[in-house]
Amino acid sequence: MLQIKDLRAAAGDKEILRGINLTVNPGEVHAVMGPNGSGKSTLAQVLAGHPAYRVTGGSVSYLEQDLLDMEPEERAQLGVFLAFQYPVEIPGVTNAYFLRAAYNEIRKARGLEEVDSMDFIDLLEEKLRVVEWGPEIMSRAVNSGFSGGEKKRNEILQLAVLEPKLAILDETDSGLDIDALRIVAGGVNKLRARDRSFVVVTHYQRLLNYIVPDHVHVLSNGRIAMSGGKDLALELEARGYEWVESAAEAVA
Amino acid sequence: MSSSVETLVNREYKYGFVTDIESDVAPKGLSEDTVRFISARKGEPAWLLEWRLKAYRGWVKMTEPHDWPNVRYTPIDYQSISYFSAPRTTKPLGSLDEADPKLLETYEKLGIPLSEQKILAGVAVDAIFDSVSVGTTYKAKLAEQGITFCSFGEAVQEHPELVKKYLGSVVPASDNFFAALNAAVFSDGSFVYVPKGVRCPMELSTYFRINTANTGQFERTLIIADEGAYVSYLEGCTAPKRDENQLHAAVVELVALEGAAIKYSTVQNWYAGDEEGRGGIYNFVTKRGKCVGPRSKISWTQVETGSAITWKYPSVILQGDDSVGEFYSVAVVNGHQQADTGTKMIHMGKNTRSTIVSKGISAGQGQNSYRGLVKVLPKAAGARNYTQCDSMLIGNRCGAHTFPYIDVQNPTASTEHEASTSKIGEDQIFYLKQRGLNTENAISMIVNGFCKEVFQELPMEFAVEAQKLLGISLEGSVG
Repeated sequence: MLQIKDLRAAAGDKEILRGINLTVNPGEVHAVMGPNGSGKSTLAQVLAGHPAYRVTGGSVSYLEQDLLDMEPEERAQLGVFLAFQYPVEIPGVTNAYFLRAAYNEIRKARGLEEVDSMDFIDLLEEKLRVVEWGPEIMSRAVNSGFSGGEKKRNEILQLAVLEPKLAILDETDSGLDIDALRIVAGGVNKLRARDRSFVVVTHYQRLLNYIVPDHVHVLSNGRIAMSGGKDLALELEARGYEWVESAAEAVA
Repeated sequence: MSSSVETLVNREYKYGFVTDIESDVAPKGLSEDTVRFISARKGEPAWLLEWRLKAYRGWVKMTEPHDWPNVRYTPIDYQSISYFSAPRTTKPLGSLDEADPKLLETYEKLGIPLSEQKILAGVAVDAIFDSVSVGTTYKAKLAEQGITFCSFGEAVQEHPELVKKYLGSVVPASDNFFAALNAAVFSDGSFVYVPKGVRCPMELSTYFRINTANTGQFERTLIIADEGAYVSYLEGCTAPKRDENQLHAAVVELVALEGAAIKYSTVQNWYAGDEEGRGGIYNFVTKRGKCVGPRSKISWTQVETGSAITWKYPSVILQGDDSVGEFYSVAVVNGHQQADTGTKMIHMGKNTRSTIVSKGISAGQGQNSYRGLVKVLPKAAGARNYTQCDSMLIGNRCGAHTFPYIDVQNPTASTEHEASTSKIGEDQIFYLKQRGLNTENAISMIVNGFCKEVFQELPMEFAVEAQKLLGISLEGSVG
């Protein structure tokens, strides 16, 4: 589904990704961990096409297509979803309107008919249950005045509605209290499917107690320094990132 | 990102065509003779000519305001403008059945069909072309309920007592430079009278069109809602593209008697000039309403997207106790446009309330100023005002400015002012793009959300037009 080969990217003059290699197969959950500044959020943003980053080398193939050649909205329409670390507020636009607009854009791109607001309400009802929310959230403006936890929950709600093939979660656990973490992670687990892959970017092992990954990768200095199964996360928790960094240096 | 934003806001002006029709145009220049010429042309009674001449004599002693408004332009040469232009036609004006097809075509092209079969159901239209009214729809139907909706010229002939009583009662001829000019040379405009206790069954609307080069448009609108009456009135405006600036100096007066309510909505889309800032309309307008009676209400809603320069402050004088004034505004500037707009809420009566919601959007090299006065006079015990003033910037070369004036002379009054400035950021656009929207739709959604509180005050058809004007796709945009 996703093949990242020797991906390099920079913000301004500063190279942040320095040759990432990663393959994600359908239905897999990959955790990408690493210390601050290792490039894990950059990887998420580059895959989604954030204009602040410049790809300086390598390739990314998604569903056999050149992902890097597409506009962010084309990527979204093809099923790439990024749950933002800092979801953006859109004052005056209701969550319901926003979600329906996004849902319909994606349907249109796939040659499907748009849904009207009545049908959409029915669909929402089911999706709201994924994040244990009532309908009142839909009439609030997108992320406006939302608490940190509500914003993250809203990201997972969008994920549930838009049904992507590749969901990238960028530090979705940061700033969550334990109850919110349970709801958000529970939502993600409900959305795991055979044809849906996840790349879960996180600093802490904590989230991975809830969302159990198939593979764990540790980024250091813009490269994947170590890969392993879910136990790698536990080992990291015990030994700290310094261990990976020194191991990476030893290899280099 | 910024280049696509600019393409979006710099969409081509659709209404820039010229109607090829011969017109009677008064010779350029302004003098007492010009005033007499206009008055004679319109067959006005002596008292009105006197009123005009008095205004003219006052105007001559006034100076064009350049010191306080936050706009820059070369002083206007008032002798190089023609003050009257009427399409030359053998057909009588004012009667739609017999109107010149070219005129009807013009309005058709503007999306304002004047035949009553085609017209938007429930909207009556008065069409003003340069200095004259082309015709008014649904006149007869409205008359059944005692409602008068006609051109100002007709009102002078048919309802002189009402005109005489209320003309200048809200905006005196000496009020300001442009109001004085208008009082001297005003040509046509709309007149509305809704009798006691009548709720006007349809939206009334006037569509202003400037066509002839080197003319100014000086229309005058007077709306009177008698006790307990209600009327909703809409105003739209466009003009051809020309390299010269053209002056539009209108006066609008609203009078609400006891328990009456007037809702006045404007979608202003005068030609704004080209990318280099050449041409465009100078929109120097005085709009004011007076809540004369207790429990009356006047509400202004404006969406200002056009004009090279906009200078207008739709205001409410809250004279009657418990009366209510509202001002909802979206002002958009791009290219080289300048806007200095806002409102005045003058609280005179007890427990009077006012609400001001102003949304300024600046793009390109546009300069947008909000200027508002909230004044509470000593007798206005319990007066309340709420002001919200938000600015949005698109790009790095535009400006947003706020000039709020608050003058409270009664200790029991309360006023509240909130202001914010935001910038459409790359992050906001990226967020929406990541959810599948293209840049254009993303910006539309953000701008639309920003203006929501104002758009929801507009009548449905106008809300739709306003959103289109902002480059917003219609698709379910009222969310």
